[in-house]
Amino acid sequence: MALSGLQIYKLLPQTNCKECGYPTCLAFAMKLAAKQADLAACPYVTEAAKLQLEAASAPPIRLVTVGGDGARLEAGNETVMFRHEKTFYHRPGLFIHMRDADGAEAIKAAVAVADGYIVDYVGIKLGVDGFAVEAASGDGVTFAAAVAATRAASQKPLILVAPDPAVMAQGVEAASGARPLLCAADESNWQKMVEIAKAANAPLAVRADTLEKLAALVEEIKKAGVEDLVLDPSVQGYADSLTSLTQIRRLAIKKNFRALGYPVVTFPRRTANGEVDETVLAAEHIAKYAGFIVLESFDPATLYPLLVLRQNLYTDPQKPIQVQPGLYEINAPDGHAPLMVTTNFSITYFAVNNEVEGSGWPAWLLVADAEGMSVLTAWAAGKFDAERIAKAVRSTDAESKVNHRRIILPGQVAVLSGELEESLPGWEIMVGPKEAVDIPGYLKVMWGEKVG
Amino acid sequence: MPITVEIPKEKWAGSVRVVTLGATRAEGGTRAKTITVGGDATLPFLHFDGAIPNRPALAIEIKDRKPDDWSPLLYETWGEAMQDPADWARAAEAAGADLLVLTLSLTQANGKPNAPDNARAVVRQVLQATGLPLAVFGPGQAEKDNELIVPVAEEAKGERLLIGVCEDKNYRTIVAAAMANDHLVSSKTPMDVNLAKQLVILIHDMGMPMERIIMDPTTGSLAYGIEYGYSVMERLRLAALQGDSMTQQPMLVTPGEETWKAKESKVGEGVPESWGDWKRRAVNWETLTASSLIHAGAGVVVLRHPESLKRAQRMVDGLMRHTE
Ligand code: B12
Ligand code: SF4
Repeated sequence: MALSGLQIYKLLPQTNCKECGYPTCLAFAMKLAAKQADLAACPYVTEAAKLQLEAASAPPIRLVTVGGDGARLEAGNETVMFRHEKTFYHRPGLFIHMRDADGAEAIKAAVAVADGYIVDYVGIKLGVDGFAVEAASGDGVTFAAAVAATRAASQKPLILVAPDPAVMAQGVEAASGARPLLCAADESNWQKMVEIAKAANAPLAVRADTLEKLAALVEEIKKAGVEDLVLDPSVQGYADSLTSLTQIRRLAIKKNFRALGYPVVTFPRRTANGEVDETVLAAEHIAKYAGFIVLESFDPATLYPLLVLRQNLYTDPQKPIQVQPGLYEINAPDGHAPLMVTTNFSITYFAVNNEVEGSGWPAWLLVADAEGMSVLTAWAAGKFDAERIAKAVRSTDAESKVNHRRIILPGQVAVLSGELEESLPGWEIMVGPKEAVDIPGYLKVMWGEKVG
Repeated sequence: MPITVEIPKEKWAGSVRVVTLGATRAEGGTRAKTITVGGDATLPFLHFDGAIPNRPALAIEIKDRKPDDWSPLLYETWGEAMQDPADWARAAEAAGADLLVLTLSLTQANGKPNAPDNARAVVRQVLQATGLPLAVFGPGQAEKDNELIVPVAEEAKGERLLIGVCEDKNYRTIVAAAMANDHLVSSKTPMDVNLAKQLVILIHDMGMPMERIIMDPTTGSLAYGIEYGYSVMERLRLAALQGDSMTQQPMLVTPGEETWKAKESKVGEGVPESWGDWKRRAVNWETLTASSLIHAGAGVVVLRHPESLKRAQRMVDGLMRHTE
């Protein structure tokens, strides 16, 4: 938790020597509290005070980076319990589970498929963040081969899952340069895991089944010299998971409780009894406070909704995702191609763009500045009306791009056609379908008919 | 080295209101059971902070006639039952719904505009077909809603139906019908904390007891605005717990209707391969939208696919099972 100016003042020499460039120690303390000055400017601050001040200014949830030479993934550094209070910053990484016992060839093939997976959501390319390789065999050589196979097929960040330090060491060696997350140090193995993590300069997951034990173990491990930690509270189901992850987040953010101020890793499928629906629990973990989520298998039908959910909940509530207003060309349109109008809310724009593009129709898409709102929202808010549409037609010089005078409105705002006729004299206002899915069919019938 | 971890607990001043839907014979209706929602004295499922006396209720939406534009996957799953609202109601009950939401269409199967007589008859049929509590919503156009919902309210007097849709421009007639015939109302506003609160006040000012108002803060589907609905619900729940009386109504959400409009659920052809298997994706779309909204504080969740219902039920079972 950040210290107040007065609290900082108490830690300063209080001699008002002015060498920091401020008239008094108090003035300097105030600037420090406002994060407008650097502690290093005071040459007389004691080491003890420095440590205390640094600790207080550290984020309540440590930012932990997994990955090395190739891709990296950051988790942590969150500051709120609810996204509306500010925003969530670091989207939890979605990792796909690989078992070493499946053999290097099978792993390489499976990793290659998942690694190449990309899905487009409103122009954002989403995919798997990395792989969690588990030493299910209990054998170091097999494990190392599986890690090597994974790396041969993907540059993405790794989580190495092995309870036995000797096995883990072999896996880490095969992952050199990749800075994997090591999973996990527990009561029985932590000293050896700490050595491995230190030697490899890798982040370490800490596992225990109660928050007390977890906090105690974290303190031991910190003392032993590893700072980049991730918590594994070994959650089992929906309720205990929500409870533990909420308590960890609350302790970190509201109480600045350092021992649990780290991102959390979860394995939604870990429950043996099969009562848990992995996808539903993973969704809970996305909303409620996980930093890394390990999924049992790769399935686009599951991954796509999870990736979109993550994207939605981690969107900054202050800034809806927008596209630049303007006249967009789809499928190389000429003067005969239809002219359609929509708003500059990303979701809206891409819904329309994807349909038209997929249909193969050449078209002009006029994106009006509706302040990033959907069609009906913008209409209801007065940001998508005849005047704005007419203005967009003029400012983009759409009139010189098409040799007809027809414009297609979204079906949701059919009510605008009268007004628009007045604002755009000489134009025929056509009302399109309500949903973008129906645009290709509509163009075929309505435009095909008119234009031949 | 033992460490004591003192869990910070929230001490809330308020709680969500308790609302009961449906009336048994003893209570003046004909329902086999009633459903009670609300009462939460904590954020969703944080049992360590406060009591959660009731679980969220999971509803299945049925229509007065087979709809024209639903996803093929929904036709496939309900099959013949969709031809007859009574059969559909029975199928939804068999699928495990806690209650039914009957939405009336603008037109009848024969193409004629929907009419009071037809609405009355359908509601009667559905009430006879199952013992579940029932909600009946109009097509969502002010005049038509009034025309259809008022006779429905009379037809089902005493059943404690949940009726709607009450919106800011169109709540008086429906609220009056609900008051005259012992029903509940659904107060719907477009994703805004203050609007939600305001409409509840207006409805209450007409004399409707708070114990008979449910609020629908409006939901967006996953990928199509869920984050707005999700955050408005979290904010409404926080306001309720902080003691703001007019935000304490249980919340109804309609992830079924929203997600099955989305292309991801609706269609299986001509979509990117990266979307994966259609049926699993479609059901995931509805299930994950619903489950996220349940985490945001939903009290009544209206679904369309029986598999989403099963999955949401198992999640709620898990969330309500806790050890102190
Ligand atoms: C998310 C949302 C919001 C978000 C805004 C998100 C945003 N950036 O736009 C927030 C919470 C901020 C919001 C606010 C408001 N909202 Co609002 N909101 C919604 C909601 C839930 C979803 C909208 C959405 O994102 N849809 C998805 C996008 C992709 O849809 P779309 O833009 O329409 O595009 C589709 C089609 O139109 C078509 N299409 C698009 N372009 C084109 C072009 C052509 C040529 C064709 C053929 C087709 C086509 O393709 C797309 C896919 O099918 C809807 C209700 C609902 N469930 O639909 C209410 C809704 C739109 N909101 C509504 C209202 C009233 C408001 C407010 C005015 C409320 C208020 N008084 O505060 C405010 C206005 C904003 C302001 N004053 O700042 C009402 C509008 C009612 C009406 N008919 O007038 C709705 C319908 C809710 C309701 N039932 O009351 N809202
Ligand atoms: S340099 Fe240090 S001691 Fe001198 S005035 Fe600034 S804060 Fe005080």
